[in-house]
Amino acid sequence: MTAQRTYIAVWLALLVLTGITWGVSYLDLGLWNVVVALAIASLKASLVALYFMHLRSEGRLVWAFALFPLGFLALIIFGTLSDTLFR
Amino acid sequence: MSHTDAHAINEDRGYLTERGFRSWACTLDHKRIGVLYLFTTLFFFLAGGVIALLMRLELLTPGPTLMSDHTYNVLFTLHGAIMIFLFIIPGIPSGMGNFFIPLLIGARDVAFPRLNLLSYWIFIGGIVVILASLVSPMDTGWTFYTPYSARTGAAVATLSLGIFLVGMSSILTGLNFIVTTHRLRAPGLTWHRLPLFIWAMYATSIIQVIATPVVGITFLLLAAERIFGIGFFDPAKGGDPLLFQHFFWFYSHPVVYVMILPAMGVITEIIPVFSRKPIFGYRAIAYSSLAIAFIGFLVWGHHMFVSGMSHVAGVIFSFLTFFVAVPTGVKVFNWIATLYRGSITFESPMLYALTFIFLFVIGGLTGPFLGALATDVHLHDTYFVVAHFHYTMMGGTVMGLFAGLHYWFPKMTGRMLNETVAKLAWAITFVGFNTTFFVMFILGYHGMPRRYAEYLPKYHADNVFATVGSWILAVGVVIMFANFVWGMFWGEKASANPWRGLTLEWQTPSPPPTENFDEIPTVTDWPYGYGKKAV
Repeated sequence: MTAQRTYIAVWLALLVLTGITWGVSYLDLGLWNVVVALAIASLKASLVALYFMHLRSEGRLVWAFALFPLGFLALIIFGTLSDTLFR
Repeated sequence: MSHTDAHAINEDRGYLTERGFRSWACTLDHKRIGVLYLFTTLFFFLAGGVIALLMRLELLTPGPTLMSDHTYNVLFTLHGAIMIFLFIIPGIPSGMGNFFIPLLIGARDVAFPRLNLLSYWIFIGGIVVILASLVSPMDTGWTFYTPYSARTGAAVATLSLGIFLVGMSSILTGLNFIVTTHRLRAPGLTWHRLPLFIWAMYATSIIQVIATPVVGITFLLLAAERIFGIGFFDPAKGGDPLLFQHFFWFYSHPVVYVMILPAMGVITEIIPVFSRKPIFGYRAIAYSSLAIAFIGFLVWGHHMFVSGMSHVAGVIFSFLTFFVAVPTGVKVFNWIATLYRGSITFESPMLYALTFIFLFVIGGLTGPFLGALATDVHLHDTYFVVAHFHYTMMGGTVMGLFAGLHYWFPKMTGRMLNETVAKLAWAITFVGFNTTFFVMFILGYHGMPRRYAEYLPKYHADNVFATVGSWILAVGVVIMFANFVWGMFWGEKASANPWRGLTLEWQTPSPPPTENFDEIPTVTDWPYGYGKKAV
């Protein structure tokens, strides 16, 4: 696939995923609504980072810098949940 | 030893040759941008200091003295916001970091000079917005805690936008330093030959880049709640007021290491030079900087022990808090081991560096009192906390900044300070600082709460003591700054290497030429071979 086609394919995938997010919001899955919405959002963010931001073709140092902050995201979620889940 | 050593006296003005407004406002030279930052941040240090003096004056008597309670609330908010966001966070990193990172790694400039200038002007933009918030000044404290900050009539949204911009500038500077350290090191300058100031600044930059966006987002959420009524923090709308504190401290705790790590870096450069001994435990100091940066992200909940946070979270955060003491202790013991049996001389930079160790240890060791769940219940929000963070931030960071200013003044200006006046200012500052703040430990232990314009008569004597101390401290700082001004214009011309240092900035003239080095140096050894190598 040429570069342009890849970009268009990724863009279409993002649109489809947005549609799914919208559709799922009409279903009542209880707690799973949040899980599904966040999972789709993460997938979309990964597509953007990998293709539109060219992470796919980058070396190890750039990957390290891209993945490193995700650990901190996990940290802030863990720390805050240690409060809210046990209050 | 002094400035009269054998090196040729440099007569030209180096990077300072060009004159005029444009040559400064549009400069891409990291040294000039560093100087701009230093002037701006030191101005706000003096402004914040004047506010502190006014507050101390109000506290001279137990009842109303000078101002209304509201004015007092505004003043302590301004003092905190100015000192933290406009002075202590950008002071050493953006000021000295900009000036000295490229010089210390043998580079001609930072990796992105234009981004560097942009970050300075965003900083100025942020300052303008912050000043605009004074039309309806904030009275929430520098911490912006909800629910009060969501309801007060003060210009919270304006001030938080200003801080948002200042934070953006801080991120750009951090990013620039990370790339500069990775890409622009001189040939042969491997990671383990880097001056330890660079390691400290690298760790600092990582915190700036990772933590600052969180506070930016938090202020946006607060603005959204105020302007559009979205319930992020208001329980009536399904929000959680403690969520604000989690977000706020996820940034604001790591950022205390943005304040202290660069100061630790500065004194790590100074101690071996004035002890004429190699630094002890190079790798331990280098990696402890990274460890402090990392552990600093795990402990934010210790600001919230009495907020109603869950007990489980309290236990976890208290436990993790004690770990910060380990890498910090590693640094202190390595500095002391470096001093051990050194040929110590007491020039003004060294006096400030030693003061840093002395005061920071007091500030640091009073931290575990507050990090322990049980004692924190008693000490929380008392003057003990005020004393603790002034010993770390002023006794630590500001003394580190003063040490750096005295150490690098000849390099930055090409002139020497008056050493006698510098020592006099140091002595007065040291006495004034301890008179002002040590008594606050006692006041806090006896239960005097912070952030009140009035207090019970039984605290009167100690408060008089502290207020008189603040005057002594002010005299010391004024003498020091007068010496800076005098030195800048009339000081004796400095040689390239007045302190006989081995790091790269001393291997180029004072002041350095625009592109730093005539020829990029090749590095063959670490920069701490004192006592072994003839300089």
